[in-house]
Amino acid sequence: MNDRLRRTMMFVPGNNPGMVKDAYIYKCDSIMFDLEDSVSLEEKDAARYLVYNSLRSIDYGDKELVVRINDPRTETGKMDIKAMVASKIDVIRLPKTESVEDIIICENEIEKAEEEFGIEIGTIKMMAAIESAIGVLNARDIAFASNRLVAIALGAEDYVTDLKTKRYSDGVELMFARSMLLHAARAAKLDALDTVYSDLNNEEGFINEVKLIKKLGFDGKSIINPRQIDPIVKIFTPSEEEIEKALEIMDAIEEAHKKKSGVISLNGKMIDRPIVLRAERTIQLAKAARVL
Amino acid sequence: MEIKKVSSAGTLESSDILIKVEKSDKDGIYINLESPVKQQFGDQIKKVIKNSAKIVGVESAIVTAIDKGALDCVIKARSLTAFHRACESYDYKWEKNNER
Repeated sequence: MNDRLRRTMMFVPGNNPGMVKDAYIYKCDSIMFDLEDSVSLEEKDAARYLVYNSLRSIDYGDKELVVRINDPRTETGKMDIKAMVASKIDVIRLPKTESVEDIIICENEIEKAEEEFGIEIGTIKMMAAIESAIGVLNARDIAFASNRLVAIALGAEDYVTDLKTKRYSDGVELMFARSMLLHAARAAKLDALDTVYSDLNNEEGFINEVKLIKKLGFDGKSIINPRQIDPIVKIFTPSEEEIEKALEIMDAIEEAHKKKSGVISLNGKMIDRPIVLRAERTIQLAKAARVL
Repeated sequence: MEIKKVSSAGTLESSDILIKVEKSDKDGIYINLESPVKQQFGDQIKKVIKNSAKIVGVESAIVTAIDKGALDCVIKARSLTAFHRACESYDYKWEKNNER
């Protein structure tokens, strides 16, 4: 089981010092510094330097630190990778991933930088954001393209434009993409992250979307505002009843181990591996939300 | 490294600093600083700017800095960006972060 939770991945515009310095305050699981779409072309150098220097002096605690880079085929993207590998960022998020080749190009640049800075090869992880029809169709191959990958994420704004539609409140336009990404992620044992919900004033719509993606099986969601953290954590936190049941299952396993019994049962029902995995996940989520 | 053009980096937003770099006829880095914390941290801010000039290899420049409560890491980032832009230099010196 992946021991890091990625319920909330908060976007922080890379050229905004106020937001970059305060990001550690919020209780998101991951911080994603953006060097791509939120930064204008003429400010790419400034944003890169800002994130690079902040990573050296601000203590972001145990949050996972992610950076969204520019296209690694460009000089800007290559420079982003070099600076961020030197900074020892945890994860490089590749935007607009369409093919295995995109992953390999990015990975090669990361590897070159790791060699240059004397960082063990494979230290820096990757995440692929899929934002187009071709990317969704290639999701399976993308998910298996590198051992560095820890997650794949859906970027819906570009995707719906590519599909010649737009975002709707019920998310029907994203049904195929979400299912496809989720299956690709699970097959490759990666985390699956849902797209952002941009209408900050529609709290009901946001909550409905979080409930939907949790039902589907997503690990979490990219967010654009700290206000969106608490509702996600609340929805992803197991109920008392669920926690109690999970603990009973774990107790039953321990008991069976003590008795050296190969068959585990609880209240007359057999406990098999999927039930154990779900119980472990419930406990992990409960601990992360500090309700256990 | 020689200053080739007037350049700036940063903004006047809270937690940021605007750094403008110009060519100087004299040796040394001359800094005109405006900051709400000038009395307390003025010397430290100037030290960070001068250190950034040294990293880029600039020995002569006039710097105008308008601080809006920026942290040292922000002052350094904006100064490095402004000096690189002024020198039209893209030879960034990335170093491994040993703190992480």
